[in-house]
Amino acid sequence: MKKICLVLAGLYLNLLAGFAQSATPPDSTQYKSRKLTLEEINLVSSYYHQDGNNSSVTGGIGSEKLTDFANIIDVKFAKYDKRYHKHSFTFEAGIDSYTSASSDQIDSKANSSASSHDIRIYPSLSWSVENEIKGTGFGLNVSASTEFDYKSFGFGASFSKKSKNNNREFGIKAQAYLDKVSLILPVELRTGSVAGQEDDHHYPATPRNSLSGSLSYSQVVNQKLQLLFLLDLAWQNGYLGLPFHRVYFNDNTLKAESLPGTRFKIPIGVRANYFLGDKIVIRSFYRYYHDDWGITAHTADIETAIKITPFFSVAPFYRYYHQTAAKYFSPYQAHTAADPYFTSNYDLSKFESHFVGAGFRAAPPKGVLGNSHFSMIEIRYGHYMRSNNFNSNIISLNLKFK
Amino acid sequence: MVSLFAIPLAIPVLISSCATVKEYQKGKLNDAEMVLGTRKIQKTEMSFQSYREGASGANGGKTGGGCGCN
Repeated sequence: MKKICLVLAGLYLNLLAGFAQSATPPDSTQYKSRKLTLEEINLVSSYYHQDGNNSSVTGGIGSEKLTDFANIIDVKFAKYDKRYHKHSFTFEAGIDSYTSASSDQIDSKANSSASSHDIRIYPSLSWSVENEIKGTGFGLNVSASTEFDYKSFGFGASFSKKSKNNNREFGIKAQAYLDKVSLILPVELRTGSVAGQEDDHHYPATPRNSLSGSLSYSQVVNQKLQLLFLLDLAWQNGYLGLPFHRVYFNDNTLKAESLPGTRFKIPIGVRANYFLGDKIVIRSFYRYYHDDWGITAHTADIETAIKITPFFSVAPFYRYYHQTAAKYFSPYQAHTAADPYFTSNYDLSKFESHFVGAGFRAAPPKGVLGNSHFSMIEIRYGHYMRSNNFNSNIISLNLKFK
Repeated sequence: MVSLFAIPLAIPVLISSCATVKEYQKGKLNDAEMVLGTRKIQKTEMSFQSYREGASGANGGKTGGGCGCN
């Protein structure tokens, strides 16, 4: 094992050596504004609807009907400093408004209304600096997320290095989320003392921490093909289930879901984009995933963008996904009292899914509707089918302004 | 696990077999449809998939945390 690690370390050092280059003096003939300028604004909206009959709130049976209306805005500014380093600042804010039939079954008081309507707000801020001469980049980010039963604070750092001919790029990223899960138990499992706190909506909270490291490597293969390799290593600890997920045992007793306090995940992916002829772009993606809860998954995705004109394209897509079940999953009334961990969450069961749809993208040179600031409009629809009778639909819209 | 080691080993082989493409030859590679990263419009799709599936990560998105997802 030690030899394998040394060989891999050596290969990566060789790889990094390929990016080494001497610094070139800045090109003083090219003027670059040092004022902070607005680069682009993106608005993304989506409407999502799902339905199924295996809700984990009711122990693996019952309606999974849910709708979510999401709106995200990001604003990107940039400026050059004295050394011609490009600084980019991106502010993003998102708001999700959702209704969930199953969450209504926790307790009539547990969510914000009888129809279980809730809102999630998630702002983030990122800064990056790029040395365009050396091809290096460094970035930092902070983020937050809040909803009725879940609070999150995240931060991360990234570094990237391009090769001298800009045909290769190596990236490394570290990210952490320090989250708090409110302990909202199903109403029949609550004790009297906790019930007193609930009247003021002061539920006890418990931590969930997620740390991840990512490596990426992109490569131009020829004038029509480029590849991207991605490797993540993720480790979580704390309360990793959700307290209002019921589990019914084979003796008809009831408990709240219980899962291990740690989880280690290894996803590894590769993207390949190929320009076929003059009008077709094939985008493909494959991911292998494994974690120590026993889930192994494969994801394959293909999307074909057909350019009707140079500025308008139609892109049908298909995604296939398959996963094995987590060791701790059993359906309704199948767990036994001897099980150390238990869940009836069908998101952790064995299944396969198909996601099919199409996108339309227009980016006319004179702007959308003749407005030069309105640079791009994209609409995308997808239908998702899971092998355990779960279906969903999502329609998204992206507007870009420059 | 063998596949996890196969990819890092394959990368140096891949580099040596790639052509050097100059900036003026990158017209097609620089097309907006050829972007390798995750597109903004797919952000909410990736979000629902991370809630509804056991696997996440290696796609430019999150690998866990930041929301009440898996």
